[in-house]
Amino acid sequence: MFEDMINRSTVWLKGSGAEAEIVLSSRVRLARNISGVNFPPNASEEELEQVLSTAVDLFNAEKPNLRGKVVFVKDLSDVDRSFLVERHLVSPEFMQNFPGRGLYINKNENICVMINEEDHLRMQAISSGLAIEDAFDEANKLDELISGKIEFDFDSDFGYLTSCPTNVGTGLRASVLIHLPGLVLTRDIDNVISKITKLGLAVRGFYGEGTDISGNLFQISNQTTLGRSEEDIVESLQQVTDQLIEYENGARDRLYHDARDQLEDKIWRAYGVLLHARVLESDEVMNLLSAVRLGCGMGIIKDVSLTTINELLLLSQPAHLQKFLNKEMSAEDRDISRADLVRDKLSKAAK
Amino acid sequence: MLCQDCNKNEATRHFTQIVNNESVELHLCKSCAEKRGFHNPFKIPFPLAEFLTGMIKEKGGHTDKALESLKCPNCGLTFAQFSKIGRLGCGSCYTAFRTQMKDLLRKIHGSYEHHGKTPSTTLKDLKPLREERKLREELRQAIEKEDFEAAAKIRDKLKELLEPANR
Ligand SMILES: [Zn+2]
Ligand SMILES: [Zn+2]
Repeated sequence: MFEDMINRSTVWLKGSGAEAEIVLSSRVRLARNISGVNFPPNASEEELEQVLSTAVDLFNAEKPNLRGKVVFVKDLSDVDRSFLVERHLVSPEFMQNFPGRGLYINKNENICVMINEEDHLRMQAISSGLAIEDAFDEANKLDELISGKIEFDFDSDFGYLTSCPTNVGTGLRASVLIHLPGLVLTRDIDNVISKITKLGLAVRGFYGEGTDISGNLFQISNQTTLGRSEEDIVESLQQVTDQLIEYENGARDRLYHDARDQLEDKIWRAYGVLLHARVLESDEVMNLLSAVRLGCGMGIIKDVSLTTINELLLLSQPAHLQKFLNKEMSAEDRDISRADLVRDKLSKAAK
Repeated sequence: MLCQDCNKNEATRHFTQIVNNESVELHLCKSCAEKRGFHNPFKIPFPLAEFLTGMIKEKGGHTDKALESLKCPNCGLTFAQFSKIGRLGCGSCYTAFRTQMKDLLRKIHGSYEHHGKTPSTTLKDLKPLREERKLREELRQAIEKEDFEAAAKIRDKLKELLEPANR
């Protein structure tokens, strides 16, 4: 399954959109439940199947507008499940076998709906680069369309009701996936993160020790969903992201002025390894691609486009690699194939 | 440092997540990190809601019998069960536990009143709204500087943006 998806980079990795050197994607998720039906973790199998078939009917009826399809989680192979997780279309928990689970994906792959995850419907919209409002507007359109056909669980005090009280109210989670290698290198990142969290936003991500450039990808999202309007939530994420971009650019400038040789050395070494390595583990590749991505964003490496780097970030993940090469592989074989793929893509891009 | 999951291998992967101003650190070996899905940079390490169960239990330190036996008439979930799993069973649970939920929601969100859209209201697209705000601010500044030529141009742009056909 998903053969058509493997050959095109998912919308949020296109490397297009505003601030694409720093912000990979923006996404918005709305959690909704159908009135009168138990929430999925507490629902019977019949109820879950009923929710699924209601959703399937709804999406089928809207096919001319929405142009997408529903797939059933139980029909998916292990590789397909990991593929969707790597693509960030579903949560890993959602891929576990559980009755009544389905996933709606539209043709452009910028809208997807998890059916019977923790809530009956989790509608998501994704945009490339910094475009939180675009993502919100898309998700909201879908919400209004569906709320015309299904009665959602809603309480005049608490807003949209959700299985987990952390999502109640707007049911809105807005987030950006942001690449901050400059702030990690200047070691300002901890400071910046603690500033952001004081503003009520959650930061998730991981980074290596010391001055190592690792993945350096962070997800920033709103922490609270109740007591504020949708517009307010989106606006405050937008403002914080603008600020982060400014900090990151400032850090890159400082690195360029104060430690240009060391910085360029790091970037070119990473590029050299990617161009010539014969065995590459997936986390190693993340670190190296992060450094090269920084080099592209700063105009130090001119041969490679952001699109190529973003594509490699995705294709070098285990399930993508196997689907791309159309064979199942052991971890050791994957490390070799990964190095081949990276070499191939980068040397073609450099010509 | 040893891996927190297996307590056998040296921890070589270090993760930080900050929620509610609390920093939670994870130190794992390579294979345990992969088991938790950390080879994928796009996976979210742990869900916010783990913090919730703790919040519910905080109440006075000892368990309140009347509170524990509080039960949703629709799905049968008791407050005791809710405080264990941190998930409500159905929409009616919010009504059954309303007093307790207000308290809890205020702790999580700083509020227990919804200020967002409702199923009966439609929400305008945010992007044009933001553009409108930006233009109004520019207009204000132009007028302040007595740059009436610029102000006229901004007014035209605003008018165009507010045309019903462009909304
Ligand atoms: Zn371990
Ligand atoms: Zn209930």
